Amino acid sequence: MNVDRIEKKIILNASREQVWRAISDSSRFGKWFGVAIDGPFVAGQEANGRIVPTQVDPEVARMQEPYTGTPWHVVVDRIEPMRLFSFRWHPYAIDAAKDYSAEPMTLVTFELSDIEGGTLLTITESGFDRIPLERRTDAIKANDGGWAHQAQLVKKYLAIEERS
Amino acid sequence: MQQGYDGNVPATAPLFAALGDPVRLAMLARLCTGGPLSTMVLGQGIEVSRQAITKHLQVLEDAGLVSSDRVGRDRLWQMRPQQLVAAREYLDRMSAQWDTRLERLRKFVEEEFD
Repeated sequence: MNVDRIEKKIILNASREQVWRAISDSSRFGKWFGVAIDGPFVAGQEANGRIVPTQVDPEVARMQEPYTGTPWHVVVDRIEPMRLFSFRWHPYAIDAAKDYSAEPMTLVTFELSDIEGGTLLTITESGFDRIPLERRTDAIKANDGGWAHQAQLVKKYLAIEERS
Repeated sequence: MQQGYDGNVPATAPLFAALGDPVRLAMLARLCTGGPLSTMVLGQGIEVSRQAITKHLQVLEDAGLVSSDRVGRDRLWQMRPQQLVAAREYLDRMSAQWDTRLERLRKFVEEEFD
């Protein structure tokens, strides 16, 4: 039984360089992730930003309003061009009024490799063993709302692309 | 000594920390397959003192992962699977978060031209 890590693999129909840029360039990262990040990612340094509302759907944007502007904070760990990018963060730290700085962080790692038809991206998030249970409850509550919005957002996104 | 654990789990119980130890995981594994078991039986073959075994079991009990009842001079321990389910559920939700983020990344790299 592994309760300490999440691992995801996805094959992206894009060149390794495109995927690398989408992950390691902070402005590109922010576009898909939904965050406005101040400055570039630098190994060993903090990157700070704010959650931004979607511009795809004003209705969803309004529902996301409570989280808009919530500080977003990671500590970049390693940057190995075209191969590996990692950072530490507080998973789902969405309560703007709460100070998360003293709490333990998880480590998120993006690893790229070539595969037939594109680029294989492996994401792992580890270190949950040090996250207190209190957070678990918070995250579940927060996620119940966030999930539905995200699903709507994806739907809306698809509909818009189909039209264009 | 505490009474057998039967109430709600404290909100701040260090669940993942409780699970993050090989000795405790070994004891949980034993309880999964052959519980309830006494403190003595649980400690058999584990190379730590009886005192340490009791301490580990208390950590598991504080996290709501096991419960115990006094039987004579020993205690009888059993699994409380709800907390493990909760831990799994938490990770499943975090996992779902990554699914939606990755779907947005896919859109970004596959359909948007930088």
